[in-house]
Amino acid sequence: MAIDFDSVDVGDKLPEWSRRTGFAEWNRYAAVNEEFVPFHMDDEAGRRAGNEEGAFGMGNLRYAYIVNALHDWIGDEGIVREVGCQYRAINQKNDVLTVVGEVTEKSCVDGENRLRLDINVVNQDGGATCPGHAVVVLP
Amino acid sequence: MSSDPVTYVTDEMRAAQGRWGQSRTAPPITATDIRRWAMATYYPQQPPRIYWDSEYAATTQWGGIVAPPDFNPFAWPVERPRGGGTPGLSGRRPDGKPLTGMNGGQTDTYGVPMRPGDVIGARSRLVDWWEREGRLGHTLYVRNEIEWRNQDDELVRTRFSIGIRY
Repeated sequence: MAIDFDSVDVGDKLPEWSRRTGFAEWNRYAAVNEEFVPFHMDDEAGRRAGNEEGAFGMGNLRYAYIVNALHDWIGDEGIVREVGCQYRAINQKNDVLTVVGEVTEKSCVDGENRLRLDINVVNQDGGATCPGHAVVVLP
Repeated sequence: MSSDPVTYVTDEMRAAQGRWGQSRTAPPITATDIRRWAMATYYPQQPPRIYWDSEYAATTQWGGIVAPPDFNPFAWPVERPRGGGTPGLSGRRPDGKPLTGMNGGQTDTYGVPMRPGDVIGARSRLVDWWEREGRLGHTLYVRNEIEWRNQDDELVRTRFSIGIRY
């Protein structure tokens, strides 16, 4: 259901958006982003890069999950204006990643109704892998 | 025995700091590029119709299919320009061993959306860098600014990214 600016308050939570990640997801992303980096495709290469568990997922895919979570919340009449994040922890094979967020600010800037959110991507253990922020525009 | 501190910063990086590099242009975006991108990032869920259903997309504020904001039109170039990436960044440590690169994060600000038929141009510059001893040993963090504009010179995206080398 579409949301609008007046229906959202500071403190509201972004609906959670989850994916179990592994080679099925990483290979598809590698194919469209041409991101065939050995440590995303091969366990030995992942270990050589310093990750004992082997191959690991792309930061850019976690970024895409944040964008998708925002889009699915604001709908096609909203606009994703800004997204920023840091990749603080490894996305291991079979991790269940969940995008979480909370509205921290409402403002009108340049004629746009903007919401600012704190964002993160947490794994199945509650580990925060990707702290960041987002700004979206709502009608 | 040398007591010089370890650094991965090169004179070429110092010379390039703050200077826009050569611009590059992506192939025209197709509806298929957008559909495949959305299918990959939404997998295994069906992606939203705005990314693949032109009849539906025409009824939205956009008036047609648009790309997801994170879409990368620069994937799969036929010719790969030499000297891409951070200007002057060495691929090797001072001892000759290869450096490993990782993505440290980014902040993107979005302007107009990308659409089928758009031709995106990019330019980038090295903003700054810092080094520290981390879990993976001596590590270099490099911040780049990358600007994308479409064929009408409209701003599509500004990215500040952090590259990690260790």
